Formats: sequence, C-alpha cells, structure tokens
Amino acid sequence: MFSKPIQFIAQRPTLFAVMIIAACVVSVSALAAVPKPEIPKGKGDRCVEDTGFMRKNHMELLLHQRDETVHRGIRTKKHSLKECIDCHAVNDNQGQPVSHEDSKHFCVVCHEYASVKIDCFECHASKPRVKKAGQRL
Amino acid sequence: MSQQENKIDEYRRRFLGKGAALVGAAALAPGVILHTIAHAKPADEAVTSKVRWGFLIDANKCAENCDACVRACDEENGITKFGRPQTDAQWIRKITLRNKQTNHSITLPMMCQHCEHPPCVDVCPTGASFKRADGIVLVDKHICIGCRYCMMACPYKARSFIHETVTGQAPDVPRGKGTVESCTLCVHRVDRGETPACAEACAKTQEGPAILFGDLNDPNSKIAKRLASEPSSAVRADFRLDPGVRYQGI
Repeated sequence: MFSKPIQFIAQRPTLFAVMIIAACVVSVSALAAVPKPEIPKGKGDRCVEDTGFMRKNHMELLLHQRDETVHRGIRTKKHSLKECIDCHAVNDNQGQPVSHEDSKHFCVVCHEYASVKIDCFECHASKPRVKKAGQRL
Repeated sequence: MSQQENKIDEYRRRFLGKGAALVGAAALAPGVILHTIAHAKPADEAVTSKVRWGFLIDANKCAENCDACVRACDEENGITKFGRPQTDAQWIRKITLRNKQTNHSITLPMMCQHCEHPPCVDVCPTGASFKRADGIVLVDKHICIGCRYCMMACPYKARSFIHETVTGQAPDVPRGKGTVESCTLCVHRVDRGETPACAEACAKTQEGPAILFGDLNDPNSKIAKRLASEPSSAVRADFRLDPGVRYQGI
C-alpha cells in the first residue's frame, strides 16, 4: 500500500529533500504572515512597570491589587485596573473611548491575538467614565 | 516713582493678594477642610477596626414622597433596572410603616444594616460575603458563586442577585451577572473621605438631612454624640446583630 511513496524516496532522494525544504520554507513564511497585534500606546511617558514585565506579569499584579482593595481598602493607583483602563483608553472615530466589545480595545488587541478569554469586563468597566462637572472619579 | 519702587509695589500687591485668598479659604471652608482631614485615609493604608462606619436615620425627617436617596444610590453605583421590580437590583428602598390602630404612617430608607454579627457572612460557603475591619459588610464578587444563601439569611432583605448581563458599570463599582450584591456604604467614596451618595443627596433635600453618616467608634463624631444624647433603635434589635444603621422615630 505504501510501497509507491517509499519507492519514490529511494529512487530520488535529492528531489525528496528539496521538497521537504520547500514545505518548511512555505510554512515559516505562513507563520510570518500572521500579523502581530498593533498595541495602542498609553498616555504618559511610560508604564508603571517595564513593558516586558507587564506583558508577563500584569495578571499577577491585578490579582494582588484586587484582594488588597476589596478586603483591606487599599486603593493605591499604581497597579489599579481602573488606572490601567484610564491610561490605555483607545478612542473610536468619534473620539469616544471604545469598550471591550471592540477589537481596538487595549486589552482585547492582545487577548484576541493570544486567544485568551478574560472575564474581567463582565463586571468591571472597560472604559473610563465620562466625567461630569464637579465629579471626582 | 523709580522702577525699583514700582517692582516693590508689585511684590506687595502679589503678597497681599495671596494672603487675602488664604484668609478667604479659611473663613469659607473650615468645615470642608477639617472634614477631609478627619476622614481621609491614605490610599496605601489598610482599613482598621478603630473606626466603625454607620448611619443614623431619622424617620421623622424622611418625607413620604421623596426618593432622593434611592436615585442617588442608583446613579452613584450605576444600578440599571430592567423594569422588573421583582428581580431588579435594589441596594436601598423606601418602606412605609403604618400603625393599623391609629393609621399613623412613617416612611424610611432600608438598606444593608452593616451588622456587627452579619448572618450573611456566617452562611457564605466560599467566604465571599465578608465584613471589612471598619464594619462595612461587602461581597467579594471574585469569589461569589451566586448561591444566594446570604439572601436567605439576611433578615432585612438587603441583598439582590444579578440575573442578567450588566453593561455600562461605573468604574468604581464593578457588578456582574451571577453574583449577589448589596449596599456597600459607598465604600469607594468612604475610602477617599467622602460620605455615601444617599446621605449626601438626603442632606440636600428640603426636609433636611434624615441620614447622618459617621464613625460610631469616635466619641467626638456627630453621629456618636447624637446616639449618646438622643433615643434611637435598631430594626429587629431582638436578633442582636448589632447593626451599624440606627433609626429614630420608629
């Protein structure tokens, strides 16, 4: 049943090697063709931590801060989700901040690329609140 | 006049201007400034049991047709309704009590009573329902599994279950489907030294402030002084839950 392909490899080893290499090149170029997400820039000069550190550890920081805030009332701004949302708000064509339902949203851009489903925004606001006169946020 | 004298005059004028502004601020806003200093806790400091937040509600000052506190709560906490009063979330509600013999009726706001010994915390299987060190009873919605034991346990019917997907939450008040919630005593406002939205709205009504917010543990606070000098009662005091919300005129 498999004798024909084996016969082919045995008779033309060079041609087979060339075919294998060609297949590899095609698949690598296909990988490269997947566009890297375009990460929107936040406000201000720099993030509260290094970008590399944040990429790897933002979820740990948020988890830690969440327990500190809910149970102990510690509301420092540095690792607060609300501050992340404020700083990384992305505006739509009308100049209004987009919600997590929009693929342009800062968090969503990467999580869609990495295929990671987060449920933060089922409860938390995904965009800054529109400020009213005299209101502190 | 020489140029130098002109300059000196200018300095004087600037100095006097600043001085006048300072005096003005001190004369106009001593209450505001003192109030903030007295209550504001540094953001990086944990809450302690040195304070215990509570309300003193004077039912005599609560007008029957007024729902300013309810509206303020909905607005502050982003509580949206679906037109289904049986299941819609409700953190504060107005109730009317009528004496059947005399027909005398009173109305009062009812919300989470922030008990010292909260039954909702006793029954919670996951530890989501908890009492903060400063006496505020909360739900940690990250841990809540939506079993609703706490709703059954609460004698004040203070808690609501969220049946439907919520959108447009306030950034300070995360809320979502499948969890239980109730009055947080506007914990996000309290933590930055402000008073809860209902008390603030009530103080602006014509009938005058029926809801007084303050630290029950501080003998010099307005609420503690009034509790010490005037009669007050807890709703269903026979449960001995020691609620942080006290009433007058009921």
